[in-house]
Amino acid sequence: MHPYQYIPATNITEAVSMLARYGHRARIMAGGTDLLVQLRGERYELDAVVDAKAIPELMELTLDGGLTIGAAVPCYQVYEDGAIVAAFPGIIDAASLIGGIQIQSRASLGGNLCNATPSADGICPLIVYSGVVTLTGVEGTRTMPVEEFATGPGRNALGHGEMLIKIHLPKPVDHFGAAYQRFIPRNEMDIAVAGVASAVTLDASGEKIESARIALAAVGPIPIFAKQASDSLAGQPATEESFAKAGEIASTEASPISDMRGTIEQRLHLVGVLTRRTLAQAVQRARGNA
Amino acid sequence: MTLTPEQSFVRRVAVQCTLNGQPTEFLAAPYLSLLETLRETLGLTGTKEGCNDGNCGACTVNVNGRIVDACLMLGVEAEGKTIETIEGVAPAGGLHPLQQAFLEEAALQCGICTPGFLVSAKALLEAEPDASEQRIRLWLAGNLCRCTGYDKIIRAVEKARDQTK
Repeated sequence: MHPYQYIPATNITEAVSMLARYGHRARIMAGGTDLLVQLRGERYELDAVVDAKAIPELMELTLDGGLTIGAAVPCYQVYEDGAIVAAFPGIIDAASLIGGIQIQSRASLGGNLCNATPSADGICPLIVYSGVVTLTGVEGTRTMPVEEFATGPGRNALGHGEMLIKIHLPKPVDHFGAAYQRFIPRNEMDIAVAGVASAVTLDASGEKIESARIALAAVGPIPIFAKQASDSLAGQPATEESFAKAGEIASTEASPISDMRGTIEQRLHLVGVLTRRTLAQAVQRARGNA
Repeated sequence: MTLTPEQSFVRRVAVQCTLNGQPTEFLAAPYLSLLETLRETLGLTGTKEGCNDGNCGACTVNVNGRIVDACLMLGVEAEGKTIETIEGVAPAGGLHPLQQAFLEEAALQCGICTPGFLVSAKALLEAEPDASEQRIRLWLAGNLCRCTGYDKIIRAVEKARDQTK
């Protein structure tokens, strides 16, 4: 491994100034579960690794109706918090299946987002919960919706000297539910062939969908917010027929490739199936959330 | 390990931690993983290198009560931490119940994955003494074994669970 300086930053200003000084030769480390693999594989060389786990804002985990997840908070802290499990089950679906227990001890949803792999399990649920990311750089702080953050495979919207601070999810409204599911050939510890997150808001009767958000993993260059499929559900009855129709539309918004994990045809089929199943699960959760 | 000229110029960092119950100090090169640091700087070769990229769990160690892959953590990150490796599992002069059960159930063949399985299983039984078979299988999903087919390992963990309850 190319030698680099290890910089345990204790505040955002220090971390940002290191990123600005070293440019693309520096990276933030949260859990390091992707970063160290990439460094060892010589995907790139770094002169500085900035450890962010001692920066308070990046380790924040606050549930106050909404949910704020600091960029370096490890997955286990999210899924071992009973109140978060109850309030944000669609996030837990992903946080509890990224890697195995060892990975979940270190890996963060923020890191999953920054690595921006199309197959990331953590990103689509953040999209359907209408997550907003906070980015801070030398020129100040800005926010953007999660669905705008990944810009290509392994690429994100962070500018020079800029870092992800936190992800904020607004308080779910009444009759809201969300779920994430993926398809893998094994039972655990695998990378999604395809994944879908769905969220719905039902009317007071629990029978009609007022609005929906659907996002697709591993079926395009970035995690895809399936806007047409989402919009198609507004005003529709919460039935299998509506879910199936949304699944058909969602598969037209996917642009998968064929690779070692699956073919284009299989992935398009999976988008339909997983959209149906996650919508059904989201509706079930929404009905329990009056 | 042979250092490149560039590597030999990088400043080493003084690290203090508690390792297998003992206060421990060492100089860590920041580009070395905890796995490399344990095996090559500290001479603790019980922790094994399998895949070296976070898939196999052979290098599982316990850091502050959580299991982690030592190949995916830096040695310098050990600062201030309490770390237990396979060398810290057995009580003086004996075997841990899990180790005894692995022997009795023949839960190993080549042995490379065994330290990782033991460290993982110990953390599970400490946190969840009544862990079900399903829970054990899920918890150990991050530990791969290419010899046993897993059933013997699961039986051994269940045996240790039943004996220590």
